[in-house]
Amino acid sequence: MAKYTLKRVLMALLTLFVVACITFFLMHAIPGNPWLSEKTPSEAVINALNEKYGLNEPLIVQLGKYLGNLLRGDLGNSIKMQKNRPVLDIILEMFPVSAQVGVVAILWAVLVGVPLGCLAAYRRGTWVDSLLRVICTIGISMPGFVVATMLLHLLCGTGKPFPALFVSGSLASYVLPCAALGFYPMCYLSRQTRTAMLDAINQEYIKTARAKGLKNKKIIFKHALRNALIPVITYLGPQIAFTLCGGFVVETVFSIPGLGRYFIQSIQNRDYPLIMGTTLFLAAFIIVMNLLVDLAYKLVDPRINLTKGEN
Amino acid sequence: MENVQQHDKKLHDSAHAQDALGKNLLEVKDLQVSFFTPAGEVKAVGGISYNLKYGEVMGIVGESGSGKSVEAYSIIGLLQSPGKVIGGSITFEGEDVLAKSKEEMIAFRGSKVAMIFQNPMTCLNPVYTIGNQLIEALKAHDKEVSKEEAAKRAMEMLELVGINNVEKRMKQYPHELSGGMRQRVMIAMGLICHPQLLIADEPTTALDVTIQAQILELMKQIQKKTHMGIIFITHNLGVVAEICDKVSVMYAGKMVEQGPVDDIFYQPSHPYTEGLLRSMPRVDAESYERLIPIEGTPVDMLNPPEGCPFAPRCEKAMKICLQKMPPYVEVGEGHRSACWLRVQEQLNKKKEAGGHE
Repeated sequence: MAKYTLKRVLMALLTLFVVACITFFLMHAIPGNPWLSEKTPSEAVINALNEKYGLNEPLIVQLGKYLGNLLRGDLGNSIKMQKNRPVLDIILEMFPVSAQVGVVAILWAVLVGVPLGCLAAYRRGTWVDSLLRVICTIGISMPGFVVATMLLHLLCGTGKPFPALFVSGSLASYVLPCAALGFYPMCYLSRQTRTAMLDAINQEYIKTARAKGLKNKKIIFKHALRNALIPVITYLGPQIAFTLCGGFVVETVFSIPGLGRYFIQSIQNRDYPLIMGTTLFLAAFIIVMNLLVDLAYKLVDPRINLTKGEN
Repeated sequence: MENVQQHDKKLHDSAHAQDALGKNLLEVKDLQVSFFTPAGEVKAVGGISYNLKYGEVMGIVGESGSGKSVEAYSIIGLLQSPGKVIGGSITFEGEDVLAKSKEEMIAFRGSKVAMIFQNPMTCLNPVYTIGNQLIEALKAHDKEVSKEEAAKRAMEMLELVGINNVEKRMKQYPHELSGGMRQRVMIAMGLICHPQLLIADEPTTALDVTIQAQILELMKQIQKKTHMGIIFITHNLGVVAEICDKVSVMYAGKMVEQGPVDDIFYQPSHPYTEGLLRSMPRVDAESYERLIPIEGTPVDMLNPPEGCPFAPRCEKAMKICLQKMPPYVEVGEGHRSACWLRVQEQLNKKKEAGGHE
């Protein structure tokens, strides 16, 4: 197990390195530079700024310097959006805002989606199944900005139950963003669960469980669900990372000062260190979640051997 | 203390079953089961009747699709949609099984009737330990039993079915046991609530031959100890000879012949039974003797032929066989057969008897 963990950590570092390199070259491949705004500064100013932030050096040298700093835990400073503020600081300020919304969104997606999937599988072919199918198909196929905008339009503003402007700490402000952010994962999870449950319900051990005289509830939730959890967990791992790092669309529509919004804005502004920082943060988060997912497999299914194929 | 008493009472119950030897445990009358598929109604079981006494072992023999499993599933209420019992009655210890509500059936399954299945590799839930699954079977019907008592009972059952090192086994997962061992666990799980009837649906088919013999031997021993009735579903006549008191031979959802095991083997009185026996290797056969398969293919259950379902494949078929289903004819004590040949014989006998007067 120790060897396995070590291997996974080394793999994670390698992955992060590759992500860093790709992101670095991609972001420099975008036309434009951080200094462009409504008023284009003069050539001399641009050159001076480039020199100040080390952007005049060859890309490979810049990358080397960045990676060197990264090893020391230094993500650099923002060069545009919050000039000269450490990127790490910005992330640590924005992430909790996104995570608060994300945790609630993911929680309701799981707590509603999984049982609904079970219900649809258990009552397959009935109107309940059909109704859930329609709702989930809508949820999966409707873009996030439509859901968010509709909720905003219908329920926010003066005389309506929810405030149009996000106020940190106000409970009412959290309701709609969480609902909008969790809707897609909820629908997707529900469909996943249904498929996996149908597969599990047709297994022979379910017949055994019925022959033993167990109650339906126990058969579904104890015997079938645990066997159906693997695909659900697989999806959930990276999805948690994405959701906690903030949905860009939802954060924009509800004007939440979260990481998701910053992620996109940093690209629009060519704030190079901030792009690198947010991307690496998300990548690291996803890697950690995938590791947790693999460990969770073992908890759910004792047959899974994580260290298989190693000596 | 209370639990110990209950345990004793259960043992006493099985002793009580011993007193009841000779009485009917299960009566099935004219049972009809159909599957309503999009292509039409499939009469999987078309009116079968039999009685099973306390402590009796009955074999149900027939080829795949002859309705033997469907018949057994309807006793325990495990028929899956679109299957439905459409006629007849099932009486268990004087109670009408078909009239029971869903909740009553749940309480009935596992406590009065247990079932073990063909493939022990897939019949145990892979994500729970053996102990967990055994204890759960007990707790489903005995709400008051304590954890320790349930674990103790589970270990006793494992010992009963010949599993060693039980404390370790309780904590193991199904994939850590061999196929034979898992079937033993299945049997232990079936017996943990002391049912009066065990339905074994081809319990040895998926096992290799040496393990088959062990499992059969085990079932015989347990049957002697507990005096429960067993319905043994199989397509293997060797298994039947080994363990059963009587045999029902099924073909295309009909019971074509029924009788004590010796009669079936030595005086088969239905061409299908004869065919089955001829197609089975025998120890006493000459070395060059060939096995004779039954010609033709099983009946299309969607469009069953009129008359005797076996007639199209029967080498002795007569005109009437293709038109009318033969009635049952008693050909010996507790031995009946549905074949026009037997009807003919009986008529001839009567005529002769009449001629002598």
